[in-house]
Amino acid sequence: MTDQLTALDRATARRFVDEHIAPFADAWDRAGAVPEEALTRIGEAGLWAPFLPPRLGGSGTDMVTLGAIHEEVGRGCSSVRSLLTVHTMLAWALRRWGSEAQRDRWGPELAAGRVLGAFCLSEPGAGSDTSGITTTARLDGGAWVVDGVKKWITGGQRADLFLVFARGPAATVALLVPRATPGVTVTPIDDMLGTRASMLAEVSFDGVRLGPDALLGPSGFASGMVLTGTLDLGRYSVAAGSVGIIQACLDACADYTSRRRVGGTPLGELPLIQAKVSDMVTDVRAARLLLAEAGRLKDAGDEATLMATWVAKYFASTAAARHASEAVQIHGANGCGTGYPVARYYRDAKVMEIIEGSNEIQRTTIAGEAYRRQVP
Amino acid sequence: MTTHATATTAETITGFITGRFPRAEIDPAKDIFSLGYINSLFAMELVMFIEKTFELTIPNEELSIDNFRTVEAMTALVDRLRPAVTTG
Repeated sequence: MTDQLTALDRATARRFVDEHIAPFADAWDRAGAVPEEALTRIGEAGLWAPFLPPRLGGSGTDMVTLGAIHEEVGRGCSSVRSLLTVHTMLAWALRRWGSEAQRDRWGPELAAGRVLGAFCLSEPGAGSDTSGITTTARLDGGAWVVDGVKKWITGGQRADLFLVFARGPAATVALLVPRATPGVTVTPIDDMLGTRASMLAEVSFDGVRLGPDALLGPSGFASGMVLTGTLDLGRYSVAAGSVGIIQACLDACADYTSRRRVGGTPLGELPLIQAKVSDMVTDVRAARLLLAEAGRLKDAGDEATLMATWVAKYFASTAAARHASEAVQIHGANGCGTGYPVARYYRDAKVMEIIEGSNEIQRTTIAGEAYRRQVP
Repeated sequence: MTTHATATTAETITGFITGRFPRAEIDPAKDIFSLGYINSLFAMELVMFIEKTFELTIPNEELSIDNFRTVEAMTALVDRLRPAVTTG
């Protein structure tokens, strides 16, 4: 029997996650890594980059469906979803901005998961403040030379290809850097608060020389769009993963409170517990609708998807953090141990409020939309 | 015919910009980057709007700042790319 999902949709992704991901997520979280066998299985299922066209090995999956797939994966394991997110960012940027030669070189490998991608933007001194990056890319006799350090790189321990953002001659540039290039050093970062199995790393670039074909997309004015567009996809995936966390919290709490009794009464019959669960039910639906709206706009090529994605990510990530906290509360001491998954949800949800633009950046940008009509 | 189509393109692009920034005074030769509030988010929205509205894809080599500095430049870009798409 094959795990190839010939027609990718939410239902097939859900079955795959329930069988191959969710049952093992706590063990991977404790081990600090997703095993190779699981990564291979995800590739066999066609989940790494299904939005790529069939010519490049994908299945042409639309963005609404991609959001549903990432939600389902996020419901099972935020670490796996994080690996999918950064791989998606690189593969999407390649499809959107890559030359024919770059697409042909990397597309089929990324679609199959034979090459795993990672997104290198954050540095020790610059996270959401992307203008503060200090990694440089200079031209030397037609070659690009990259120097600098990237930190908290999701999947960095395992990735084969890095999408590196650096200060170029005129503006920020995006470069495709194979891990095996001389001068690339990967140092694992362990023991993080959440998404502990996402194999984070610090990646150093010391005089890394690359051919002219390493440049992804335009240089100069429009190179900022590569970053904007890539982060938009990352935000979309994190929003989806956050919806998945809320759903996981709801599922765990509905199950636990149906069985756990206090004074002979199931927890689920207590009004204060019902209030928390009802908020989970409401918010997961609202977050899912916001995500779907952003996805529909992406499929339509509508520029409104950018703000819709900011809003979806902000709403879903804050709701995930809130409900994961309540999920632990509902589980009491059981929620603080390893016997139930809610402690993992709680740690993972906090990370969602920080990555792909902290929620403070989210709110600043969303507020900017509100005041746009008053400018200047 | 060409004149009419060009005017429509310019009006459409101007309408998008002023729809976002109603207080901005935009004429076809106005450098929109001199307005002081064009950021990467709006630049990306502008590119997506042009691609969707005029049903074209702007290749990397055309994504230079001079092609987006004014409504005139963006109109010329659209006019340049449209025949290539139609006949391509």
